[in-house]
Amino acid sequence: MANSEQQKHDSLAERVSARLGARVLETDRSYGDLVFVVEKAAVHEVLSYLKNDEKFDLLLDVAGVDCVKLPEYRERFELEYILYATGVDHRVRVRVPVPEFALDVPTATDLWRAANWAEREAHEMFGFVFTGHPCLKRLLTHQQFEGHPLRKDYPVMQGQWCATTSSLEEELEE
Amino acid sequence: MTDKKPNLDDFVPKAGEAKGPYSAGDFSADLDYSGDTAADGTTLDDIDTQPMYINIGPTHPATHGTFRVYCKLDGERIKKAAVDIGYLHRGFEKIVEHRKYNQVIPYTDRLNYCSGLVNNIGFCKAVERMLGIEVPERTQVIRVILMEIQRIMDHMICVGANIVDIGALTNFWYFFNAREKLNDVLEALTGARLTYSYTRVGGLAWDLPEDFRERVKAALEGIPKAIRDVTGLIKKNRIFLDRSRGVGVIDAEKALSFGWTGPCLRATGYPMDLRKVRPYYHYDQFSFDVPIGANGDVYDRVFVRIAEMEESLRIIYQAIDNVPGGPINVDNKDIVLPAKDEVHNTMEGLINHFKLVIEGVKPPPGRIYDSIEAPNGELGFYIISDGTGQPYRIKVRPPCFYLMNTLKYLIEGAMVADIVAILAGLNIIAGELDR
Amino acid sequence: MGMKTDTYTKNETGLITTRVDAMINWARKNSLWPLPFGTACCAIEFMSVVSSPFDISRFGAELVRFSPRQADLLLVAGTINYKLAPVLKRIYDQMPEPKYVISMGACASSGGFYDNYATVQGIEQIVPVDVFIPGCPPRPEAILDALLKIQKLIDREPSPKRGVDRRHELAEKPGDE
Repeated sequence: MANSEQQKHDSLAERVSARLGARVLETDRSYGDLVFVVEKAAVHEVLSYLKNDEKFDLLLDVAGVDCVKLPEYRERFELEYILYATGVDHRVRVRVPVPEFALDVPTATDLWRAANWAEREAHEMFGFVFTGHPCLKRLLTHQQFEGHPLRKDYPVMQGQWCATTSSLEEELEE
Repeated sequence: MTDKKPNLDDFVPKAGEAKGPYSAGDFSADLDYSGDTAADGTTLDDIDTQPMYINIGPTHPATHGTFRVYCKLDGERIKKAAVDIGYLHRGFEKIVEHRKYNQVIPYTDRLNYCSGLVNNIGFCKAVERMLGIEVPERTQVIRVILMEIQRIMDHMICVGANIVDIGALTNFWYFFNAREKLNDVLEALTGARLTYSYTRVGGLAWDLPEDFRERVKAALEGIPKAIRDVTGLIKKNRIFLDRSRGVGVIDAEKALSFGWTGPCLRATGYPMDLRKVRPYYHYDQFSFDVPIGANGDVYDRVFVRIAEMEESLRIIYQAIDNVPGGPINVDNKDIVLPAKDEVHNTMEGLINHFKLVIEGVKPPPGRIYDSIEAPNGELGFYIISDGTGQPYRIKVRPPCFYLMNTLKYLIEGAMVADIVAILAGLNIIAGELDR
Repeated sequence: MGMKTDTYTKNETGLITTRVDAMINWARKNSLWPLPFGTACCAIEFMSVVSSPFDISRFGAELVRFSPRQADLLLVAGTINYKLAPVLKRIYDQMPEPKYVISMGACASSGGFYDNYATVQGIEQIVPVDVFIPGCPPRPEAILDALLKIQKLIDREPSPKRGVDRRHELAEKPGDE
């Protein structure tokens, strides 16, 4: 089983580099997983290639990372898309370094509808701005919360009181 | 992969056909009044109506955790809905960055609190893969048994609560009584009733008691009867069928686009189960089937879960007689605490214990994503380690987050009474949804 | 149902009012209607208390009423975070007097082990609490014990003072029990 997983990784890496060459900055293979590191401008192209041509039909997760305390990193923030192809049982990750003062990333909601809430959560926790997202508002924290909690410079014990429940009128009209 | 429809004789609908045995028409057809005219020529559009806004608020009798659904109604039909979650957001991902790996295990317990051991095992599996170790055979089989017991318990709560919301209370008590017996077994094993925290990185906290096999077999005896009682009560019940057939229908392609996994995806007809596709812990050596549904409505979700309970029983009976002997923890002094007599009597044991408790388990720097088939779907952990004893980032992939994302689209166009039926069929556990 | 002549009824017509009080309190304490404000794992334990092995209806508190207008015992079971705090306050305000609050579990009593930006560190900051139940989650027997403590609290309530903040008066003095 491990061999065929590596074979799938190898053949996919070949196809991706043949098709998209310079967009992919690096291909990472730690722990037997295949990770494509892609620059921010090419994210949508890579993701739509993976979805439409390589049949990665399940977006498992969109994880945001604040890399400021890691020993080495490209940019301060990173986004990681975890994709799974149910037909062939193949799982890859697409990592996108995002600079601190240019946090706009194109949205993936037109490819997978699962990205809707996953991107909302990444937005509220780190501050990414997904251009083209239908409704980019806070999801898990309350509407009067200020700041982005999962950033490393947000103190863990600093709570913020909420005085009123939020009205959902605008969200209804989406 | 073998497909198995739920085990019901003549009530299994064909794909695409969502009819019940007693109804004359199609459920999904809208009650269309637009052509009706009154005697003086007025139609429904001439009546001056205003939309009504209702709030199915954070506290509500359906026992599914706290979230809010805000609907704009036209009569009984929902025109638009907005879903608001986050009322149980406890900051799991932030606070585990300040804990050691073994200290994270109680936090994972409270993610999907109806099946706490499954979350523990999923987390430990990811960390063990990061460390590059494999737990002994005995631990793997014990973990399989515990996961399947938890699957039965979680499905009992979900199906029981689902049927309560539709209106039938008796089944809830049947399932709860059977669940209490299983809970007694797990309490004898782990010491806790709901939040077990029994696994550790590298194995288990302690070994099984000697009479575990007999206890489990005695507790499992009441479950087939409970399942039979419940299915007998709802299988041909006119009210249940009317309220669940053709309600909340979704097809497989749309479900995949929304990120569905688990029994809800299998109810749409798509046979994906991580235990068959990417087997772990010797699941490929147990013989069990994966039940799939036909239509993707509430009825299918309920019966897929009931059929999965029966399959879990099969796995447990196969496993419980064949638990291999041997150690339960990996033999690695950097990961597993030494035995107490070594700690108290030797200097090396004391220092080892001290370093492991103060500094924690230290996986090498890197990132990993690993997942298991939880009762609700695919529960994944994306862990980043920077080489210290505290994780740098843990992102949980909760199965019901993506199910809840879809709720807005499932209820728009349905009636108010359908909200509870659809919501309960998705098995939303707020602890996992909000983390 | 003890007929103690308490010190604060010394100036009233002692015998008749204490007997009437005792009867009213007996009726009230054995028919509490709880409002389970259940959010997290403790709500599942509350469901176990209501089910047959641990039967809460033997103490009369079987009718769970999810509407605050019809309930008199608010049972906060589970973690309360800042987003849910205004909702809890509003539900508490909507309950008619006399009302009692049980804070069930470690998360409701003190924030539990979620000492972070999202969790209220104890619901005493929002509503006044009568009984705290420790545990994570507490055993069903502990919840029944808390209910018995509430019943004992109700026993000591004298009729003229009902509705006033009674906590400091009704605190257990040494020699009670």
